[in-house]
Parts: sequence; structure tokens; C-alpha cells
Amino acid sequence: MNQKTVINKKTSNGVNRKSISIRMSGLGGQGVITAAHIIGGAAVLDGKFSTVNPFFGAEKRLAPAESYVRISGKNIYERGEIVYPDVIMVFHPHVITMGKSYTMPFYDGLKSNGIVIINAETELDFTAEDKRNLSKIKANVFYVPATSIALDVAKTELSVNMAMMGALVGVTKIVSMGDLKESLRERFGKKKFIASATTAALDDAMKSKFAKTEQLIEKNMDVVKKAVDMVKKTAI
Amino acid sequence: MADKAIQQKIVEPEELFFKAKREKQFITGSEAVKESIKRANVDMAISYPITPQSESMHLVGDIYAQGYVKDYYRGENELGVMSAVAGASMGGVRVFTATGGQGALRAFEMFPTWAGARLPIVCAFFCRGLNSPLTIQPDTIEIGLLLDTGMLVLHAETAQDLYDMILKSFIIAEEPDVHLPVAVFADGFFVTHTREIVEIAPEDIKLPPYNPYKAPVPVMDMETPPVRQMRDPFVMKSNYVSYACHASWQQEVRAAAERARKHINKYLGGLLETGNEDAEILIMASGTAVSQSRAAIIRAEAEGLKVGLVKLKSLRPFPKDEIKALAKGKKAVIVPEFNITGWLAREIKSVVEDNSKVIGAPRVYGGMTMPPKLILEEIRRCSK
Repeated sequence: MNQKTVINKKTSNGVNRKSISIRMSGLGGQGVITAAHIIGGAAVLDGKFSTVNPFFGAEKRLAPAESYVRISGKNIYERGEIVYPDVIMVFHPHVITMGKSYTMPFYDGLKSNGIVIINAETELDFTAEDKRNLSKIKANVFYVPATSIALDVAKTELSVNMAMMGALVGVTKIVSMGDLKESLRERFGKKKFIASATTAALDDAMKSKFAKTEQLIEKNMDVVKKAVDMVKKTAI
Repeated sequence: MADKAIQQKIVEPEELFFKAKREKQFITGSEAVKESIKRANVDMAISYPITPQSESMHLVGDIYAQGYVKDYYRGENELGVMSAVAGASMGGVRVFTATGGQGALRAFEMFPTWAGARLPIVCAFFCRGLNSPLTIQPDTIEIGLLLDTGMLVLHAETAQDLYDMILKSFIIAEEPDVHLPVAVFADGFFVTHTREIVEIAPEDIKLPPYNPYKAPVPVMDMETPPVRQMRDPFVMKSNYVSYACHASWQQEVRAAAERARKHINKYLGGLLETGNEDAEILIMASGTAVSQSRAAIIRAEAEGLKVGLVKLKSLRPFPKDEIKALAKGKKAVIVPEFNITGWLAREIKSVVEDNSKVIGAPRVYGGMTMPPKLILEEIRRCSK
């Protein structure tokens, strides 16, 4: 039940990437908090430092939910929401089009040359002001059809967060596929993960889709891999 | 009672705190609370799952089911829980509960009652904003309101602090010359919901049990008459003796808190921690405002600015002599806080010689984080 992640001392492939901070915005129930947990866990398995924290109001589906991942080769002190992210992940177009977010506009605080990854089937129609602002900070905007990948490959919308993680790994290479899979196994594996009632209900729904845990992990890794291939950069 | 008891070896507190080999885990602050209680030999935990809460008492319920805690139940409301843990503690058992924000204020009546009855209860408070307007986001305003209840008050910066402070609080609280409740505060979300690396002792060892017969007040023992319904002194000011008794009792509660200093020094390594305290400018902070300050100091140093850091771990007892000495001759003392009232700046101003150099800024409240940039701006301004 406890996340007994034993930390590896060594860093795989010797690459000591610089610190990265990721803001994930989505709707309650989409798995932004779980995605942050799995990415942070994968970074820790790689011997890096990571802190992960969520932000939400009263817990309910489709309400704005955000999570934040900090990864670094050095000790991380700063806490709370990430005001100046390197990467912004948007799990649902409503985050942008309906302002379902704690951060408005959605790219607020994005560092220069930062990355935006949006789950949408087609490119969103940004306002002229948004386009101007995004190009001023030289934002790299990527799209991934995470919802349809989840439905096609895992046959469940509950895997949208897996597709978003795939897009993140595809764009940033921040964690390895191996560590991501191991972190996924720790989250959904044999040990009982303690979650709030609504998260536990979603966990059960996810697990009910697959006969075995290993099957859940394999299928979700397929979602991740498909998203790695399908994430595409667009000109603003 | 839980179905099964878990076999754990009882070890000396020093073994559990300092000598046992620790394992690193990637866990949340709430999970750190669970790991702490697992090793604390707690007899009884009572919870109220109000919003705002954290997952901590839910997790303590889980370890009760596994046999790590002897008894556990959910109370009818926050005041009910805080009253029930008082009853359990008067009965001579080690108890734990947690609350925060609005829930803590609902139960406020009991905190001075615990202290007055000399109950060594350990309660974790996970700070949240208070109404109104409605918020359940992190904000440390409640600490300022709870400072003068007679409880010892510790403030954790990280999940690691939370794990260590809760475990050590049982031993400090139960010292016969202290025997007071300990409130361990941690910032909601920033610590409770944040997953980070925490080093913890093996789960097959635990603290020695509480010995109520070493207490400075009689344990309420139903087997040994006469049973006293209340063990506090004469409550009504009906004559001079009862008045004097009440007044001196209150003094004794405060004196007991002062006597906790030596135990806090022993187990927590001091009421405060310092780094680069020789610098002309000092930051004094508690809780996650310390973390944000650390990040700001790294950036200030990159600009060639020298800043010292004072992390306050104990707020009651308050390290007044230490702060007075540290602030002497400084150009500025910056006090960043996660609340609008600035209770920490007020506390510090009350003990330093020249309080005009205490800068009560930046302050962030209502649930947002404090960007280190805001602290850096204060450092730059004071460095001019």
C-alpha cells in the first residue's frame, strides 16, 4: 500500500539533465494528479530528485485540477504550484476554451522557449492576442490526440493521462520508457495504493477494464508509445 | 481493537530517531504521518474526516486495520474528536489525531483545555485558509490563532520534518517535567499533498509505550478509587485560595512549556536552525516559507548578495533569546509568511532590540504559493 520506492543511487545513462518544471492542467477525473505521480516516481527511480504536488478545490469530476512536477539533479527546495514552468500540459481543450484552470491564460508564466502540449483532435483557434503572446515567448506548441489514442489503444478514456505522459516523454525525454513503466507498476501494481474515495473509484474502474495488472500496464504502455509517435509540433 | 497485533520491537527513542538505518521512500506528507504513527506505539487515534483534511487520518485508519494502532474510530465532529482524545489521554493512553483550517477552529475550545489538564496529546494541524471568503487552500493564518493555547507548537517545513517531529513529539510531550500537548503544524498541500523523498526508520521497531504513572497529574484510573471526574484545580473563583490555585496552575502550564526547551534541543537539535547567520541580512521563517527562502537565497547568492537563514522549528516555546542574539547588529530581518496577519513578524518584533529592521514581507495568503522571486526582491531592496 505504501509507495515503497527504493531510490537508486546511480543515474541511468549518465545524463544529468538540468532542472525541469512541469505544470499539468486538466479536469477532475482525467488523471493529472496520477500522471504527475507516475512521472515524478520515474524520475526518482532514475536517481533524480523530484517533488510532485496537486492543487484542487472541493474534489469533484470535471472541476479544474492542476498538478506540478519538479525534477532536478539537485535538491529541490521550492514548493507549491509552479508559477514559471518549462512545460505546460493541457489535458482537455476546455482548460483553454472555457477557462477551466487555476492559471489564466493557460500559458501564463511559461518560460521563454517553453513547451506546451495540448490534448486536442485538431488545432485550437487561439485568439490573436494569445498567438502574439505565445510567439513573443517563443513557445513550442505541440498537439496530441490523447483522448482518441486512449480510446483506440486501451479502449478507455481513463488512459488519457497515459497518452499525455507519452507525449511529454516524446517531446522532452525527461524520463526513460523503462522507468516510466516501473513507476506505472508501482502505482497500479500489487501493493494497494491509498487514494481518496473518488480516486479509488477511478482506480477500480481502470482495473476493471483489464483482466490482470500486467495487462493494464502493457496496454497503457502501448498508449504511451502511440502518443510518443503522434505528438506533433505546430507553428503558431 | 484491531483483529491482529503487529509484532514490532520496542527500542529506545534514540535508536528510532538517530541510530536506526533509514530507507528512502517517495511519499506524500500524509503518508509520512502514517509512517510516523506506525512507529509511535499509539494506543488510540480518533479522526474526523472533515473538509479540509488530508489523507493522514484515513491512512492512520488503515494502519489500525493492520494492527499498528490499538484503537481507532471516527468522531461525530471536530469538537467531539478533540474532546474524545482528551478523555483517552486522561485515561492514560497515548493518543494521536489531526485536523486543520476550519476544523481546527471548530474544536478550538479543547486546545487550552488539553494544556490546562496537562494532557500529552500529539495533534497534527495541516494549515488551510479560513473563512471567509471560502477557501480550503494552504495558508498559515491558524497558527497565529493557536499560539497561546498553552500547547507546544512545532512547524514542519517538509514531509521529512513532519515524520520526525510527530515521532519526537510523543517523547517530548510525555516528559514528566513537560507533560503538555504538542501541536505539529505543516502547510496544507505544500507538505501534506506533496510527494517527495523521505528517509524513514524500519517499520519493525517502535517507541516504548507511554507510562501514565510517571505523569505529574494523576491518571484517571477507574480501578483505583476515588475516581475524580476532573483533575484540574478548583475551577470557580469562590474564594482567594481557589483563585490563587487557578492562577498558579496557569503559570505552571507556561513554565512546563519553557521546560520543554531542553528536550526540544535534545531531540530536534534546537528550537531553530541557522545557515550563514553572520550575513548582514537574515531571513527568519517557519514552515514552507523556509523552502521558498532557500530557493530565493540560491538566486541571491548568484547575484553576489549575502543572506543568512533562520528556520524556526519551535514557535512555543519561542526561541526569543536566540532570535534576539541573531538579530543584533543586522541590517534587516526579512520575515516571509503565508498569511495576511503576519503573526511571525509580530512575534519576532516583540523580542528583537530594534524592531524597525524587521521586514514583514513578502506575505502571500488565500492559497497561492510564494514565488521565491518575491523574497529575492526583498533581499535586493534590503541590500541597497
